[in-house]
Amino acid sequence: MLEVSGLSKRFGHFPAVNQVSFNLRQGEILGLIGPNGSGKSTTFNLIAGAMRPSAGSIRFEGAEISGLPAHKVCHIGLARTFQIPRPFRRLSLVENVALAAHFGSSESIAESEARRRAENALETVGFSSMKVSTEGLGAAALKKLELARALATQPRLLLADESLGGLDHAEMEHAAAMLETIRTRLGITIIWVEHIMGLLMRVVDRVIVLDHGEKIFEGLPEAAAKDARVTEVYLGHART
Amino acid sequence: MKDEVIRRLGPLLLAVLGLAFVPFVTSDYVLHIAIQILLWGFVYTAWSLMGKFGLVSLGHGAFLGIGAYASPLLWNYTGLTPWLGIPIGILLAVLLALIIGYPCFRLRVVGHYFALVTLALSQVALLTIVAARDITGGSLGMTPKAVGHSWYALQFPEKPYFYAIALVAWAFGLCIWHLVDLGKGRAALEAIAEDEGAAASIGINVMREKLRVTVTSAALTALGGSLLSQYFMYVNPDTLSGIAVSLQIVFAAIAGGMYSVFGPTAGGLFTIALPEILRISLGTNFVGAANTIYGALLVIFIIFMPRGIIGWVESRLAAAPAR
Repeated sequence: MLEVSGLSKRFGHFPAVNQVSFNLRQGEILGLIGPNGSGKSTTFNLIAGAMRPSAGSIRFEGAEISGLPAHKVCHIGLARTFQIPRPFRRLSLVENVALAAHFGSSESIAESEARRRAENALETVGFSSMKVSTEGLGAAALKKLELARALATQPRLLLADESLGGLDHAEMEHAAAMLETIRTRLGITIIWVEHIMGLLMRVVDRVIVLDHGEKIFEGLPEAAAKDARVTEVYLGHART
Repeated sequence: MKDEVIRRLGPLLLAVLGLAFVPFVTSDYVLHIAIQILLWGFVYTAWSLMGKFGLVSLGHGAFLGIGAYASPLLWNYTGLTPWLGIPIGILLAVLLALIIGYPCFRLRVVGHYFALVTLALSQVALLTIVAARDITGGSLGMTPKAVGHSWYALQFPEKPYFYAIALVAWAFGLCIWHLVDLGKGRAALEAIAEDEGAAASIGINVMREKLRVTVTSAALTALGGSLLSQYFMYVNPDTLSGIAVSLQIVFAAIAGGMYSVFGPTAGGLFTIALPEILRISLGTNFVGAANTIYGALLVIFIIFMPRGIIGWVESRLAAAPAR
């Protein structure tokens, strides 16, 4: 579904992402992990069109998308969430999501259809009341709003950025279960960038570990936990 | 949707019907003030299309100047009717809006930086008009060749004709304001004003939406400029272009209330009628006092009514039933 090859991004002389390559299969959840500054968010931004790569290729369903602007990337079926939720505060909850339904799809849809899609998306992520403003929403609700907004664009690939950050244990469990539901119920493929490893390892099919902008591991989560380089990166020393 | 259109256009229709009777009951002097309020109200409304979405342009004096000069220049030098000269002026303003807007939006020049770029544009337009004094008359301004009452030349010595034109233009401007303020277009611009990156991530073409509203605003401003020059039959770079005019537009729209459809017009009422009233009531007793009082009131209004005069009235009305 997604083929990333030789992806690089330099800021001046600093290589934030260096020659990263991986493939993503339809229907899988791929975990993208690494310590702070490892390049996972940059990789994510490059795929989502928020940044232009310095080199490399990103092919989605066979078509080259590297360098496309973010709105076009969204139109062809890739949606993203943000690590720190970025709701539109001047709009209501439903307006936030209806806007995504309207502009997220390349086809033109009626206002009533956008609203229906928005309500569906909000229901999917677990909002019981639609008639609330974005003011006063807690961390968990804002994460849900991010997810609902992305889902309303009817993506085939979801890029979920640190969906667990700032949540308590119960909320984290719920958020992880939500991503699984999105995959199984809606058939959406997911790349999940996360800092918190425990829960992620339970949910994802495969994991890629980045360090200093380079891929240091790709494989099953169980294998990652045993890999000497991964352990060294996370714990500062190799397991003996 | 139908209810929404009635809710929005009802008050506008009533206002137009009410204002249509003004020429029958008043003097030429009052009509002269009313024409200016309507035309400047139209220009302020055009600016507020951008301003209320965080696109604070200090360059509207340039668009106004292009509109104001294009038609008289073409009329004087080639004999081209303003019916064609005005659209040419509008096209030139649109072109300038694209030349400035595209790189600004591409490079994400926003906020203060956008204001500064457009501020420079204002002054460039003024200096260009002054520098081309052989053609434009420079600082002394110029007068379109007068031919008396003529639809072809869009010249009417009788005030009611221009009052009707100003009223139609003003109503047209307010309709465009509503059109921009409706549904998904408004929501998209609100989203862009708040967070361009998040807006783009949900499929909004940020560049297209920003250019669309900028071009619309510039085109209407140029139309306003051309109608002002046709009405006054005199164009001067200091009164129809440059930084001072740009600032006048911004102040008036903010003081009146850029988030309300009648706000910029209230700004017109404030900036045109108030100095006139002060000037007449103070006469020659305190030279300069009228401008001082006007300036002080402007400061007070902006500080204590951040949503403008109409915004303040609306919030009072909204709060009233709760008491």
